[in-house]
Amino acid sequence: MKSLSIATLITGLAITAFAVAENRTQEYKLDNGLELIVQEDHRAPVAVVQVWYRVGSSYEYDGITGVSHALEHMMFKRTEDLETGEFSTIVAAKGGRENAFTSADYTAYFQQWSAENVELSFEIEAERMHKLVIEDEEFAKEINVVLEERRLRTDDNPQALAAEASRAVAFQTSPYRYPVIGWEADIKNMSADDLRRWYDRWYGPNNAIVVVVGDVDPNEVHALAKKHFGPLAARDIPPPKSRPEVPQHGTKRVTFRSAKAKVPYLIMGFKAPVLAQAISSVEVEEWEIYALDVLAETLDGDASARFQRNLVRGREIASEISASFSSSSRLTSLFSCNAVPREGTSLAELEQAILDEIDALKKDPPSVEELERIKTQVVADTVFERDSMQHQAMIIGSLRAVGLDWRLKDTYVDSIKAVTRAQVLEVAAKYLKREVLTVAYLLPEEAS
Amino acid sequence: MSLRLRILAILFCLAAVKAVADTPSIEHWTTANGARVYFVAAPEIAMIDVHVVFAAGSARDGDRKGLANLTNGLLKEGAGPLDADAFNRRLGATGARMHTRTARDMAYLRLRTLADDQYAEPALDLFTDAVARPRFDEGAIERLSARVIVALKRKKQSPGRIAQDAFFRALYADHPYASPTDGTEESVAGFKRVDILDFHKRYYVAHNAVIAIVGALDKARAKQIAEAITAPLVAGEKAGVLPEITAPGATEKHIEFPSIQSHVRVGLPGMRRGDPDYFPLLVGNHALGGNSLVSILFREIRAKRGLSYSAYSYFMPMAQPGPFIAALQTDRTQQAEALKILYETIEKFVTDGPPTADLAAAKNNLIGGFPLRIDSNSKIVEYIAMIGFYDLPLDYLDTFTARVAAVTAETVKDAFSRRLDIENLVTVIVGRTGAQADDS
Repeated sequence: MKSLSIATLITGLAITAFAVAENRTQEYKLDNGLELIVQEDHRAPVAVVQVWYRVGSSYEYDGITGVSHALEHMMFKRTEDLETGEFSTIVAAKGGRENAFTSADYTAYFQQWSAENVELSFEIEAERMHKLVIEDEEFAKEINVVLEERRLRTDDNPQALAAEASRAVAFQTSPYRYPVIGWEADIKNMSADDLRRWYDRWYGPNNAIVVVVGDVDPNEVHALAKKHFGPLAARDIPPPKSRPEVPQHGTKRVTFRSAKAKVPYLIMGFKAPVLAQAISSVEVEEWEIYALDVLAETLDGDASARFQRNLVRGREIASEISASFSSSSRLTSLFSCNAVPREGTSLAELEQAILDEIDALKKDPPSVEELERIKTQVVADTVFERDSMQHQAMIIGSLRAVGLDWRLKDTYVDSIKAVTRAQVLEVAAKYLKREVLTVAYLLPEEAS
Repeated sequence: MSLRLRILAILFCLAAVKAVADTPSIEHWTTANGARVYFVAAPEIAMIDVHVVFAAGSARDGDRKGLANLTNGLLKEGAGPLDADAFNRRLGATGARMHTRTARDMAYLRLRTLADDQYAEPALDLFTDAVARPRFDEGAIERLSARVIVALKRKKQSPGRIAQDAFFRALYADHPYASPTDGTEESVAGFKRVDILDFHKRYYVAHNAVIAIVGALDKARAKQIAEAITAPLVAGEKAGVLPEITAPGATEKHIEFPSIQSHVRVGLPGMRRGDPDYFPLLVGNHALGGNSLVSILFREIRAKRGLSYSAYSYFMPMAQPGPFIAALQTDRTQQAEALKILYETIEKFVTDGPPTADLAAAKNNLIGGFPLRIDSNSKIVEYIAMIGFYDLPLDYLDTFTARVAAVTAETVKDAFSRRLDIENLVTVIVGRTGAQADDS
């Protein structure tokens, strides 16, 4: 039961870089609107079943932030036909591993186990898709677990707290300003009724995507899905209201002082469009998104990329540094650079050095060698990532959850290969502008 | 059958779970100069994984805490004729991924490359240089030391990591396992190039190496690769046996930290790899705190009382007995209650043995879940490297489920009562503890 931020889950190339020429993928849609995508992988007699719901913290609003994540916790409790905790007892008894995760854009549940158990997955997932029982007493205990989770992940972690503050400042009207786990006060004030309403509002077969990857026959899986999910009635689930981010007209700055912090930390984020927007609007071209992915890899793809070469080695001013772009989120996203300076380097110096690296790419495009390196790595990574069924299913589910075609995973390599040096320069100039930048400094402070 | 009835059938049909996965066929040989090689052919994906593991973990640091970790980290910072920039540029061009890591027992390098010779050959050449011909340039040493020191400072922000380090210190006192693998700010600042060269010369030798290879290649090619990687290594000697562990005796250590939550670790030195009690302890712990959302600790601390996000226990088998660790983290106002439940749960388990239903659930999960342990090349290569490093029998995976099945409530109770002395538990608590917990 993890809460993953979209940024950690989908960091540019890492997740979408995947092609499965040899692995057949089939998609189906049931009459009630449930989507099923099945990918065969016969290397081991196991399967992963994931159920994705199109709801997450970016569907929430002030006062109930964190409700998607809290509901995810309660999905492991009682249903009409399963006693509290019995869901997990069943999965464990059959040798399964299970968990769930919530992000800004989706909530997903999964089991990994022997392929023969796919039907059992469907049976119990169908059960909690429409027969969840949220009991007051269980909720009262579980919301304390959620508070403990927030303390663990965020409140006692100065970098996470600063990142949360930075995100809330970067986004003014977009719901991406909410932390996935929710604001502390919202968690404390949450009621079982808030969760019941949220469950009724978003959970139903017509807002769900079932992904199966493993040692299965797609048509048999389809038949099982019809048997178990088919009887569920489609529900009235209108899409969320549009809450676009307003244009930004200048750099925003956050200073976060913490007595718990021992090293300074720099967070920089440029607002940038995503694939879903490029596909649905004429203002953004699809190639621009791929060029932004290549740009992120030029800065931070591996130990030879520019951040490592010039700032960790070279000028020796960064101790840790990364660049990432979450190109497959639902809404306007961030092109992010995070860094810990070497001792003796100020955050201002490091910020300027990062801006210099970005500005250099607005004047001169990446070299032929750099682009070749990135393209070779994308090809290689698509091969390497076939080693994990869970990862394959994650890519399919995360694409579909934001309305993207899962086939993008197959065309991704070619899309990256088609990116030119000039295009990288163009998107650097067009999108990585000071006007859309948010900078946060985490500054250690002596305890008073 | 209704869902209700099917569930009852699942829960009470304890013998229904069986493992159906074919275990990988492991080939084993020794290179000309004495490195032990373990190989599994996996032709499905056109890639190759190579792990090289040396008994060169932080337990070999001696007085220079963090030396093993720094030596290992420097392997990627320039090798053979190439400095760090040139090395990483060439490696990047092959599409391969290379990682290094240091634990207490072992230090290793991992390479994952495409199987196609066009990529695999240059990647393996670079990997070989990193293993055997690292440059240890002065500039790279200074740079990496400075970065490790920043990382050590950053670790002081994390109550969980402070607790883990303090727990090992409390458990192992003067033993080499007591120190964290990354050393201390003072120790790391003092390393000289000659220290690193000496460490590499002593421990990165063929007789101290295990090579694990999995991927789309045949045995002949695996042999070539293993020979090529080890050829530049001197034969050398296997690292000596680490000192025996002395039981620490009951202690409770509080570390003041300005966190909201208290991080708790409770445990003892546990067991070795290849320990005769391995299976009873593994299965018993799976019931107690290892079977994620259904273990006894999860149920008592989280599900019933909402006291902690995570509550778990595990054995970390090592060359000498690694720790048994039970852990949770909770708001400091609930610390006393959570700790009381943790102690009571462990004590009850050790005294009474595992409840029948929990033992059955643990065995079913381990046996039924066995195919998941070997469902990818990354998992298989890690297993065979571990089997090789700790000299476990080659049929370790073949016999795994049968040995789990053979565990009974009696063997668990017997093993836990002998190995987990509840009178001598070591406790570490990091947070706002003691008198200062009352002030706000």
